[in-house]
Amino acid sequence: MKTLFIILFLLSSPVLADTIRLKPGDSIKEAVAKAQVGDVIILTAGEYIEHDIIIQKAITIQGQGMPTINGKDQGDVFIVAGENIHFKNLKIINTGKSNIDDSAAIKFFDSRNCSVEGVELDNTFFGLHFSNSSNLTIKNNKLFSRAEREYQTGNGIHLWKCKDSMIEGNYVEGHRDGIYLEFVTNTISQYNTVDGNKRYGLHFMFSHDNSYIKNTFRRNGAGVAVMYTRNVLMRDNIFEENEGPSSYGILLKDITDSEVVGNIFRKNTIGIYMEGSSRTLFKNNAFTSNGWALKLMASCDNNTFEANNFIANTFDISTNGSVVLNTLKENYWDKYEGYDLNKDRIGDVPYRPISLFSVIVEKIPSAVILWRSFMVTLLDRMEKIIPAITPENMIDNNPKMNPYDLS
Amino acid sequence: MFKLLKYSLYDILKSRFAILYTIFMVLVAVSIYQVSEDLAKVSLSLLNIMLMIVPLIAAVFATTHFFNNLEFTELMLAQPVKRRNVFLSQILAVIIMLSAAILIGFGIPMLLWGADESILILLAIGIALSIVFAGLAFLASVLTRDKAKAIGISLSFWIYFSLIYDGFVLYLIYSLSDYPLEKTTLSLVFLNPVDLGRIIMLMKLDISALMGYTGAFFQNFFGSAKGMLLSSSIMLLWISWPIATAMRIFKRKDF
Repeated sequence: MKTLFIILFLLSSPVLADTIRLKPGDSIKEAVAKAQVGDVIILTAGEYIEHDIIIQKAITIQGQGMPTINGKDQGDVFIVAGENIHFKNLKIINTGKSNIDDSAAIKFFDSRNCSVEGVELDNTFFGLHFSNSSNLTIKNNKLFSRAEREYQTGNGIHLWKCKDSMIEGNYVEGHRDGIYLEFVTNTISQYNTVDGNKRYGLHFMFSHDNSYIKNTFRRNGAGVAVMYTRNVLMRDNIFEENEGPSSYGILLKDITDSEVVGNIFRKNTIGIYMEGSSRTLFKNNAFTSNGWALKLMASCDNNTFEANNFIANTFDISTNGSVVLNTLKENYWDKYEGYDLNKDRIGDVPYRPISLFSVIVEKIPSAVILWRSFMVTLLDRMEKIIPAITPENMIDNNPKMNPYDLS
Repeated sequence: MFKLLKYSLYDILKSRFAILYTIFMVLVAVSIYQVSEDLAKVSLSLLNIMLMIVPLIAAVFATTHFFNNLEFTELMLAQPVKRRNVFLSQILAVIIMLSAAILIGFGIPMLLWGADESILILLAIGIALSIVFAGLAFLASVLTRDKAKAIGISLSFWIYFSLIYDGFVLYLIYSLSDYPLEKTTLSLVFLNPVDLGRIIMLMKLDISALMGYTGAFFQNFFGSAKGMLLSSSIMLLWISWPIATAMRIFKRKDF
């Protein structure tokens, strides 16, 4: 029995993590250098002034009472390359500002199974920067940047060539792109709030098989723009108040085989702008009070818009050509004026969501100033009766009489 | 002045027209509230009434009133009262009656079913347009001696501002679309009180689409309180100049 205990003790002792406690003034670099694999470095409350702390072994950096690590506007604060490295409950402020080496608060290279949780970043260039890594957990962090212009700041959460990760419950404000993913696969982003970033709230390219669930993207300079990607799932997100001449709820460019389901688009200049996208399903989305709910370019094909609500938008749909290769069915349009004689809750006459005036505005944007004038109403009525300019096939053959309950 | 105004008002209230107009407004408001399910739709439906019907009635009513009361006016001018007061009492009576019809006609349904900011702004626009077109009608009336001619001029003011002008602007935008016309179109719109009222409403209802307008000038104009302030002050100009001009002509006119 005694020998068994000894054996157990011997077996477990290397795994038993040591705890190293630091107080303000101590060097984090030295502590990291001394630490063994599996150690936990605890930073007690206060300010630590350090930058370019390199970590290459499996340790955990944990804060107690939100200690602050001040980079004093120089370089990166943490540079990480390894496995099982974790950051918890810290505050990191003032990284360098450089586009040449992409200064970041925490920068990961070639890492696996790492996590960043409950970390607060303020006045950083890039926030969390990951490249060529996998199995990352990025959870409940708060990222603030105070730049005034787009070129003065980097991306909040930046992943390049990563996979199998989870981005959850983060708050990103004031960066260039809130969340930026390039060559990232099998990753889930959920419950994030991305507010007031200078360029895009969410920006991804070549990032296949990812899901975006219950995120909120609000007041970003150009909304959300996603490109060259297949098999994307966007569900229950909120896109709101992205206003401006090139501002989009979402801009979809070359997105294929994807699903956009149950999202809310509210008060955007353009709810969804689509170009070169195919085989994507749009279902149960609510488009409310947008300038244009949908700008569907003629280069899109085989997309289906089904059971969406279009309410109080200035224009429901506009397009740039006469070819329509997409399907609209069973949507609710608040501008629909048809009737339902057989009481099946589906209108008996088809609805054409493109008005003559939206075609004119598409060609001459300044004509929007005449919207709702008697002249324009007359023109729209005439076009409704005898369609001549608007695309023949942009038509919902079975529009719903009542809105769907999508809240 | 107040005595004159009192008699003019009595006169208007005695005619059936004031009551009919008020009842018409109530009916319109009630039916719109009954048909539309939310307040945003109510203000959309009211918009067309305010931009089309209200100016039309204001123009026609003000002209007929001027000529129906011409004998009374001539009698008053023979008395030791200022011409200015005679004129102002006539036009104020018309304006008060038209505004009261809008306020009562829409006010009662609003008290019953509620209102929001944009509906209140819409009411203000309706009243402003009533004043503008009453002023234009008086201008037309003092310019000619013939009642039919004056009604004709008032009606052409109305057709011009609510239909022809927009057609002209649309044509201009369309044929000169290669040029940067943003500022030009916006200033053209300011030259028409009906369009001005429409733009103020657009800024409430369709701000998302207006923000799609390219150019920093428009971002600035539509994105801040500046746009609202500028359009309201130009509306005030539109309210004052026809009345002022008509009054100047009236003062010198030989009846």
